[in-house]
Amino acid sequence: MSTVANEVLVDAPPQAITAAVKPPKLAIVAKPGGSMKLVIMKWTMVFLPPLLGLLMFIGVWAIVAGSSPNLPGPAKTWASAVHLFSDPFYQKGPNDQGIGWNILASLKRVGIGFGMAAVIGIPVGFLIGRVAFLNGMLSPIISLLRPVSPLAWLPIGLLVFKAANPAAIWVIFISAIWPLIINTAVGVSRVPQDYLNVAKVLDLSPWKVTCKILLPATLPYILTGIRLSIGVAWLVIVAAEMLTGGVGIGFWVWDEWNNLNVEHIIIAIFVVGIVGLLLEQLLVFIAKKFSYEYVS
Amino acid sequence: MQKFLSIENVGMEFDTKRGRFEALRDVNLLIQKGEFITLIGHSGCGKSTLLNMVAGLLYPSSGVVLLSNREVKGAGTDRAVVFQNHSLLPWLTCFDNVYLSVERVFAETESKAKLKQRTHDALKLVGLSHAEQKHPGEISGGMKQRVGIARAIAMQPKVLLLDEPFGALDALTRAKLQDELMAIVAEIKSTVVMVTHDVDEAVLLSDRIVMMTNGPAATIGDVVTVPLARPRDRLKLLADPVYLDCRRKVLEFLYQKQLRAAA
Repeated sequence: MSTVANEVLVDAPPQAITAAVKPPKLAIVAKPGGSMKLVIMKWTMVFLPPLLGLLMFIGVWAIVAGSSPNLPGPAKTWASAVHLFSDPFYQKGPNDQGIGWNILASLKRVGIGFGMAAVIGIPVGFLIGRVAFLNGMLSPIISLLRPVSPLAWLPIGLLVFKAANPAAIWVIFISAIWPLIINTAVGVSRVPQDYLNVAKVLDLSPWKVTCKILLPATLPYILTGIRLSIGVAWLVIVAAEMLTGGVGIGFWVWDEWNNLNVEHIIIAIFVVGIVGLLLEQLLVFIAKKFSYEYVS
Repeated sequence: MQKFLSIENVGMEFDTKRGRFEALRDVNLLIQKGEFITLIGHSGCGKSTLLNMVAGLLYPSSGVVLLSNREVKGAGTDRAVVFQNHSLLPWLTCFDNVYLSVERVFAETESKAKLKQRTHDALKLVGLSHAEQKHPGEISGGMKQRVGIARAIAMQPKVLLLDEPFGALDALTRAKLQDELMAIVAEIKSTVVMVTHDVDEAVLLSDRIVMMTNGPAATIGDVVTVPLARPRDRLKLLADPVYLDCRRKVLEFLYQKQLRAAA
């Protein structure tokens, strides 16, 4: 048990440790006049807590794996991951492709499903937010369908499209559309009265009001909707692909379960987590680009 | 008297949770071209309501507002409003905020270059040529209000409507902007209706001060004419007997005749 834990300390995190230690040195060089102690303290506080958290996680994992013979420990998983990612884009028939292809296949489904949800959901949300009558018409339907688990839609998709891949995309579409509609509608209905007064006083055309006032004022809400909906889509894709098969990270997990290759399942969990994190960070970055300051 | 802007027997009622509320009753006012009018009164006397009716944002329950003998039925580009909270669009630069109104009024008849020139001119008039490409979040409150004024005057409106434009500013900035507004109005010879709480501001800027009684059913209590020559200098006026007399009249109205009703 203790050897495994030691291995972990030597094996996986050293890169993380060096990466964490380097920045303070750079900062000290860049600011020779500044108080070095403060700079070191600052960077320590930035990097130390997440590093300790990660170490603790790996430690707990190692202990649990040590007492359970079927669960591979961090070291074994790491070795397997190194091997797996040394050739991510191989192709040996439709059911045996590299991890890279599986990730890309899943991202493609999420992209198509989310894209269609955005094309329909954002305008619908816009109309609901603007037209009270439409809001009254559609909100009962939305309230009814929103809480339904996305996977419940899979049989309908299979029935209508008669193929696995469009059915998976359909599930992504249906799970991604609700946050888009709702956030856009809330955003449009919360456009400050001041801005609408400007539109009134200037007697702007409906087109100008939409482009110059409603859309920019709603954009932060739409971006929140996009973040939520991509998050949901990425959650759902794994489960959907487990059921539909083909190529994709979810199918890959199921395939490796059938092969009893547990290391690969754990790797898949990390891959799904990391890709989800990157998607989220990318969208946060985009949202920051479009945020403006509401100073009254 | 030439009828330029005329408010005739105007009344305003609002439906509230506690039934109908009569905000204004029988308001009559004639405003001549080029006049600077201030509306003054205690909070809730309906002066902003009256201004919004002239702007066309509200429609009177009874009576009419006539501009050049035509009834005001809605907002229009012949009237421009400067709001107390400036209401600039935060995602547009100062230039684009002003350009939006210029485009609305002149795009059908003028070239793009001319529209841009108008925008530059308006911002130059308020002394903000250097901040054209800044966003409202990056400039001070006084500068934002200047952009609001530029946006309004760039439309070359028949009437400039100001709803407590300097109310949210500190005293020094307010004084500076009052002087600038006087200079601008003198230059473009605009007709101005301005709502204010500030007695000194009213006397300094106005040709006539319209004093409103307290609501409900507020109306015009009295009108003070300010016969001071222009351009006016705020420091010289401090000892001017005419200025002091006007000031005293407004203060008497607000704090003797109307205070009891408010309490």
